[in-house]
Amino acid sequence: MSENRSQANLASPDASGVGADPPIVELRNVGKHYGRITALKHVSFSIRKGEVVALVGDNGAGKSTLVNIIAGALAPSVGELLIEGEPMRFRSANEARQMGIETVYQDLALANDVPAWANLFLGREIKRRGPLGALGWLDKKAMIGAADEALGRTKIRIKSIEAKCGALSGGQRQAVAVARAINWGSRMLLMDEPTAALGVEQQHQVGVLIQAVREEGTPVLLVSHNLPQVMAVSDRILVLFHGHLVKELATARTTTDEVIKWITGAGLVRQAAS
Amino acid sequence: MTTDQTPETRPEDQAMEDIGALLGETNDDWSDADDDAERTPSNLMRLLGFLAKGEGGWWTFGVLVFICVVFGVLAPDFFSRSNWVATSEYAVEYLMLALGETFVIATGGIDLACGAVLGFSGMLSAVVMQSMLGGHADTLLITVVGVVVAIATGAAIGLFNGFMVTKAKLTPFIVTLGTLGMATGGTYLLDNGNQVSNLPPQIATLGTTIWLSGWLPVIFVVAAVFAIGASVLLSRTRFGMWTYVVGSNPLAARRAGLKVDRHLIKVYMLSGMLAGVAGVLVTARFTIASPIAGANDELDAIAAVVIGGASLFGGNGTILGTTIGVFVVSILVTGLVLVNVQPFWQQVAVGAVLLSAVMLDQLRRRLAVA
Ligand SMILES: Nc1ncnc2c1ncn2[C@@H]1O[C@H](COP(=O)(O)OP(=O)(O)OP(=O)(O)O)[C@@H](O)[C@H]1O
Ligand SMILES: [Mg+2]
Repeated sequence: MSENRSQANLASPDASGVGADPPIVELRNVGKHYGRITALKHVSFSIRKGEVVALVGDNGAGKSTLVNIIAGALAPSVGELLIEGEPMRFRSANEARQMGIETVYQDLALANDVPAWANLFLGREIKRRGPLGALGWLDKKAMIGAADEALGRTKIRIKSIEAKCGALSGGQRQAVAVARAINWGSRMLLMDEPTAALGVEQQHQVGVLIQAVREEGTPVLLVSHNLPQVMAVSDRILVLFHGHLVKELATARTTTDEVIKWITGAGLVRQAAS
Repeated sequence: MTTDQTPETRPEDQAMEDIGALLGETNDDWSDADDDAERTPSNLMRLLGFLAKGEGGWWTFGVLVFICVVFGVLAPDFFSRSNWVATSEYAVEYLMLALGETFVIATGGIDLACGAVLGFSGMLSAVVMQSMLGGHADTLLITVVGVVVAIATGAAIGLFNGFMVTKAKLTPFIVTLGTLGMATGGTYLLDNGNQVSNLPPQIATLGTTIWLSGWLPVIFVVAAVFAIGASVLLSRTRFGMWTYVVGSNPLAARRAGLKVDRHLIKVYMLSGMLAGVAGVLVTARFTIASPIAGANDELDAIAAVVIGGASLFGGNGTILGTTIGVFVVSILVTGLVLVNVQPFWQQVAVGAVLLSAVMLDQLRRRLAVA
């Protein structure tokens, strides 16, 4: 279970020589149609090691579609997806996951009828050793212990790790999904509005976690409507507008007002006028 | 009811544990709750509080006790050996079918075909055994072949069901309604609607041997062993965990890399195989294979699962609950016979209990949402 942990990935000697490596993720001219609806068009960008990139845009701008394409949950209609320079065609979210790309989905992707610890280990269950394990016997103790530890590391508190997910509050459920992604994401973390249902304290905590993940070198793509948080944690901001990537801003050299202008399309109008 | 709870322990969990202890089982839920011996308010109060909440379908245990008491008072023979043997033998086929049905319902599906599969696999295995009796093969070998044929038949129909549900993307209701019809017709076609009575002696031995000085029918022991196995499978293994997850959120299951389609196919095959075993057990019980065996059994099996606390929306249900549900249904039937109620009322009673169970489930849901 530990081979995918975030620490394990930092073995590469040139963690500092950023310019030399190919980007972790690169999109080239990616487009996505749902029937006649165009959700994304001509989207190109890349994310490098240790970067936190925010993806913003109005409702329906195509943020989740973009996240799901990188996560392997959706196939792009056109364009190319490259992981560390290698063209990829994920056939399932699991393929992306196995490459260390972990996602907090907007719908959280939790099974509400099983406990929180089981959700942390979905598809990665620990089995007992010996013949019983070979028959599929689960090692609940080990999973509960490890899940407890993972949640402890993220300092995210939930009511009870043994409570069924459906019995948790919206924020606690989100915390479980975030903890799961952070626990397993070793190459890249995709977060689709991970703090939408969180309280102030826990929002801050997720911000701290994102910083910690970045310090380990794992890049983060963060979708958020929370602009103060975006300004606080990101290095770059990508703005989607009606499926187009209309602007890329360096967080240090922009303002919330400017970001809002691009989100609403006002920036485009001004650009066209001049 | 609420005064004795510390915030860390959910009252339902606590009560679940208590009932588990009462029944001499380790808890069947996923949570390995710790025992906190320092808080010991009256067990009865906890039990009542728990039953009132209806969590986990445990109110059925109360119903079971209640109908036992009522029949015990009304019919002096109710607690007799002969009634126990009749009830446990009657319960065998419903238990076998309800075990598989519990898995299917936990995935959010339904298997309407299990009763017909019981009939078809039982009849096919009987026809095969009868034809082999003409040769020189050892009767024990013939019996083994018969059992294998029954299980393989169930597995094949289950495979077909699972395939149609996952690959052809038809709803489980429609698919299994179709196989219900085909298997029922097939059962009559196998021997032109005749019974098969020329069977190896081992079949009769299996069906008529009663252990523990006449208290424990062997076919019931067989069903109980399957029930324990199913309980372990559902509550302790990855297969069981995935069954709940697939029923709870198939999209999340898929994203987590679970092979959802393959798992569903396995679950329908499991249900078919258990129905195949049930086919042999029913043949053994009557020492004859009849084309009407298993007809309409799926309704009682589904009723037992729902009475046992499973929701037809999937994601939950336990083997312990289902087993209690099977006994509620079986005792209603044999008990009503004892008190000389017209047999037609049995189905009415089972239906009424089923409706109450579903209504309680709805009520619980609404309370949980509020
Ligand atoms: N499965 C689908 N079928 C058809 N259209 C879809 C589907 N999913 C998304 N769309 C459409 O694609 C567009 C982009 O949707 P997407 O979910 O990516 O937006 P979003 O930026 O994540 O919005 P939000 O902020 O509300 O989460 C929308 O117009 C939406 O209606
Ligand atoms: Mg979205």
